[in-house]
Amino acid sequence: MYETTYHRPASIDEAAALFAKGTDAKYLAGGHTLIPVMKQRLAAPSDVIDLGRIKDLIGIEVTADALIIKAATTYFDILQSAAAQKAIPAIVHLTSVLGDPQVRHRGTIGGSIANNDPAADYPAAVLALGATVMTSKRLIPADEFFQGLFSTALEDNEIITAVSFPIPAKAAYSKMRHPASRFALTGVFVVKTRAGDVRVAATGASQHGVMRVPAIEAALKANWSASALDGITISPDGLMADIHGSSDYRANLIKVMAQRAVAEAG
Amino acid sequence: MGVEGIGASVVRKEDRRFITGRGRYVDDIKVMGLTHAHFVRSPYAHARVKGIDATAAKAMPGVVDVLTGQQIVDDKVGNLICGWAVHSKDGTPMKMGAWPAMAPEVVRFAGQAVAVVIAETKNQARDAAEAVVVTYEELPAAANIKAAIAPGAPQLHPEAPGNVVYDWAIGDEKAVNDAFAKAANVVSLELTNNRLVPNAMEPRAAIAEYNDAEEHFTLHTTSQNPHVARLVLSAFYNIAPEHKLRVVAPDVGGGFGSKIFIYPEEMVALWASKKVRRPVKWTGDRSEAFLTDAHGRDHVSHAEMAFDANNKILGLRVKTHANFGAYMSLFSSSVPTYLYATLLSGQYNIPAIYAEVMGVYTNTTPVDAYRGAGRPEASYLLERMMETAARQFKVDPAELRRKNFITQFPHQTPVIMAYDVGDFGASLDAAMKAIDYAGFPARKAKAKAEGKLRGIGLSCYIEACGIAPSKAVGSLGAGVGLWESAEVRVNPVGTIEVLTGSHSHGQGHETTFAQLVAGRLGISVDQVQIVHGDTDKVQFGMGTYGSRSAAVGMSAIFKAMEKVEAKAKKIAAHQLEASEDDIVIENGEFKVTGTDKSIALAMVALAAYTAHNLPDGMEPGLKEGAFYDPTNFTFPAGCYICEIEVDAGTGKTHFVNFVAADDFGRLINPMIVEGQVHGGLAQGIGQAILEGAVYDDSGQLVTASFMDYTMPRADDLPSFKLSHTTTLCPGNPLGVKGCGEAGAIGSSAAVINAITDAIGHNRLEMPATPDRVWHAIQLQQAAE
Repeated sequence: MYETTYHRPASIDEAAALFAKGTDAKYLAGGHTLIPVMKQRLAAPSDVIDLGRIKDLIGIEVTADALIIKAATTYFDILQSAAAQKAIPAIVHLTSVLGDPQVRHRGTIGGSIANNDPAADYPAAVLALGATVMTSKRLIPADEFFQGLFSTALEDNEIITAVSFPIPAKAAYSKMRHPASRFALTGVFVVKTRAGDVRVAATGASQHGVMRVPAIEAALKANWSASALDGITISPDGLMADIHGSSDYRANLIKVMAQRAVAEAG
Repeated sequence: MGVEGIGASVVRKEDRRFITGRGRYVDDIKVMGLTHAHFVRSPYAHARVKGIDATAAKAMPGVVDVLTGQQIVDDKVGNLICGWAVHSKDGTPMKMGAWPAMAPEVVRFAGQAVAVVIAETKNQARDAAEAVVVTYEELPAAANIKAAIAPGAPQLHPEAPGNVVYDWAIGDEKAVNDAFAKAANVVSLELTNNRLVPNAMEPRAAIAEYNDAEEHFTLHTTSQNPHVARLVLSAFYNIAPEHKLRVVAPDVGGGFGSKIFIYPEEMVALWASKKVRRPVKWTGDRSEAFLTDAHGRDHVSHAEMAFDANNKILGLRVKTHANFGAYMSLFSSSVPTYLYATLLSGQYNIPAIYAEVMGVYTNTTPVDAYRGAGRPEASYLLERMMETAARQFKVDPAELRRKNFITQFPHQTPVIMAYDVGDFGASLDAAMKAIDYAGFPARKAKAKAEGKLRGIGLSCYIEACGIAPSKAVGSLGAGVGLWESAEVRVNPVGTIEVLTGSHSHGQGHETTFAQLVAGRLGISVDQVQIVHGDTDKVQFGMGTYGSRSAAVGMSAIFKAMEKVEAKAKKIAAHQLEASEDDIVIENGEFKVTGTDKSIALAMVALAAYTAHNLPDGMEPGLKEGAFYDPTNFTFPAGCYICEIEVDAGTGKTHFVNFVAADDFGRLINPMIVEGQVHGGLAQGIGQAILEGAVYDDSGQLVTASFMDYTMPRADDLPSFKLSHTTTLCPGNPLGVKGCGEAGAIGSSAAVINAITDAIGHNRLEMPATPDRVWHAIQLQQAAE
């Protein structure tokens, strides 16, 4: 690791000011991407600004219509939240199959979606639920937030403060874990909204990161059941291929995971 | 035997310091004036080193020196050696290319060191290493066996035309041809035994110190065999003469074979310590471990087995290509030959065997012994063959095995090994009972009705451990003898130190070896200290690998104990005015049998050291040494059965049950044995479904971190059901066979046999990842 200056601001404003002052500052959330990359000397930020101790960024709230998870809330805290479990159990389930206990004790929802790793779990929930990403500057709808591999709508020095998930009628997440990394080899989040709309997002599959799956959405909108997807074939075109999963295997997983998620959602 | 003697599950003495973080590993050691080494490594798998410019690096803060491969050559430091001479079938010696510790001219695998930076801090060394400018001319690479033996393949070493190290054979080719000529049925199989990365928890490390005043070196290093390291470093590398070099292997965090070998980094640290006249430390990181620790396995084989009309085996023909990587590591040549093909008879009566093994250079990390070393490859091949044969003949795989079991002992196989004892039927029966084999068809039918694919797979393994009789291995080309030494020191107060040439890097010797001594004397294990891993303390030793420490290392302690006890009895008899024949040892006391007269061990010891009243002519002291050279290998054997369910939608394998019935001879500490089997099974199952080192065609290691290389984790594994059947080994005084590698040797085939049973498709390679299993299911469904 190259030398860097570590900061632990107490407020969002202080964090933003520190970021503006640094020549090549980076925000640190759970650190699962930034720290390994720094240790490998592939990143050399001048300043590392730890968002993890900012009180305004930690906590879970539930309203009549939404589950709001603040950005620096750890996965462990989400798992412990009875309110989250009551509002959107699929989110808690997703969190329980994410990484390992060490990851869940440090990792945060804000860090996950800001990084937008193409195999991360949370982007699938954010996109499928049509969540709103709340930042230090504005509100960003999920459909506009994710913009391809490791790329988001976030501007320089824009901090995610919370994610607001509309409470759905039905939702579930089904994941095939990557055997080594425990990211999603493919994970599918299915949602039936209270308005009766169907939204389905797949992560770990596309070369362009998290994506909606229109063919599955259409089939489920017509008939919300696992068997409704029996005749669906997902094209392997544009899907990732590596030693753990060829693109045709991932195409199969999109369908199978979607079927299992629908069955789970009931 | 006392409660802490042989057979008792004594809690491991060493665990308190390990679990509380107070072990003393190489990286924990602090030395005054320490400098830190960081290696400059080749990014290419095959390249010519056109030039190294260290001018800028040398001027950087804290840099002590930058040393290059050419300087190693100029200092006449020897090349790395391979210690086992194997000859091709035409009688020619193996063709070895030179392996300098840092490459002066040509790099042959990605990660090979070309230079080293020595600096005041680790970070300064790393910073400066980035500033060393190396000019490479990239050469075409041969990244796997197929590429290396193809016509026109890139040549690695001028000494080895066609990249062939040797073309070796064992057995009787004509007898095998005759067997196949009269066969009623022939079963054939193509198999890949996947390459593995050892990944010991502690990466390799070294601290080298040169004492100018005494012209003496000390090397603290992560070694499974510090005396062998000293021997090789002094006899072959010209760095330090043996009496001027102390090698210490303190607490070592796992090895699995990978820390047997003498590596460039440790050598360079030692050489550099004299060059810069400062202590030099190198601690590898995980990335360096992936790139430079000797990998394991990596065979491609074609095998055929001939059967008569009654399904009795007539002969076995095997052709294997073994990947050695870019250089011949210390014991690499023996692994796919004498540790592999000699086990191809398995548990079976096979009248004729002929195996050819071609060893091949590739532009990959060197390959050497890894937990099991050759024996897992043999066991995997044979046990997949038996299962395939049973399916082809439509007979029960357990009964096909039983029909062909060796039942008379001793048994001479056609491939050198002479099995001393065993009861293969007993372990098969025990495993079948444990898994309710008879009830499997009903379970499979029930699973099928629920839309699930269930399978069962057997593996009846045998291995050769307790390596090894020195004369025998010498006749096969080994450069060393494989005996072990021990010294038992009874202190004047009656506490005991046992010095052993075995080395514990996780095995629990501090407990098990103490149990032997404690049990014989009727004292607590706390009174016995095991001393190992330091060439200044222990006179000599061959180290720990090949499940040899109980069978060979403890046998040496046994012999030394007999000498100590004989002398102590003489002293006791003298003190008690009795005949030494009447002295028995019980509960730490020497008693005159049939009387109430006794003298405590501590008083006998004190008498030995005061020497005020010893028998006439007896030397003072109570300390004896012994060397033990085994008369034969030992042959642990057993049966593993695995029952799995495959998720047809994802190809994921779920373990329903895994049973192991092992025959290890006498168990010293059943709890430690259980731990060894668990660890071995985890590695064998890991090889079967999770682990695999993958190179791309340019020779880059794709699986160079835990993000891509799947190490087995607890939730990948079932809860194992272990049991033991026992035939005592007649070849050593303790009747032990060894248990360190069995799990890794026997389990892979059981898992793959179970998966292929479930999916009905036999073309499945390890690691049987969900992706591979799912594709095999698609092929099977297409075929149906």
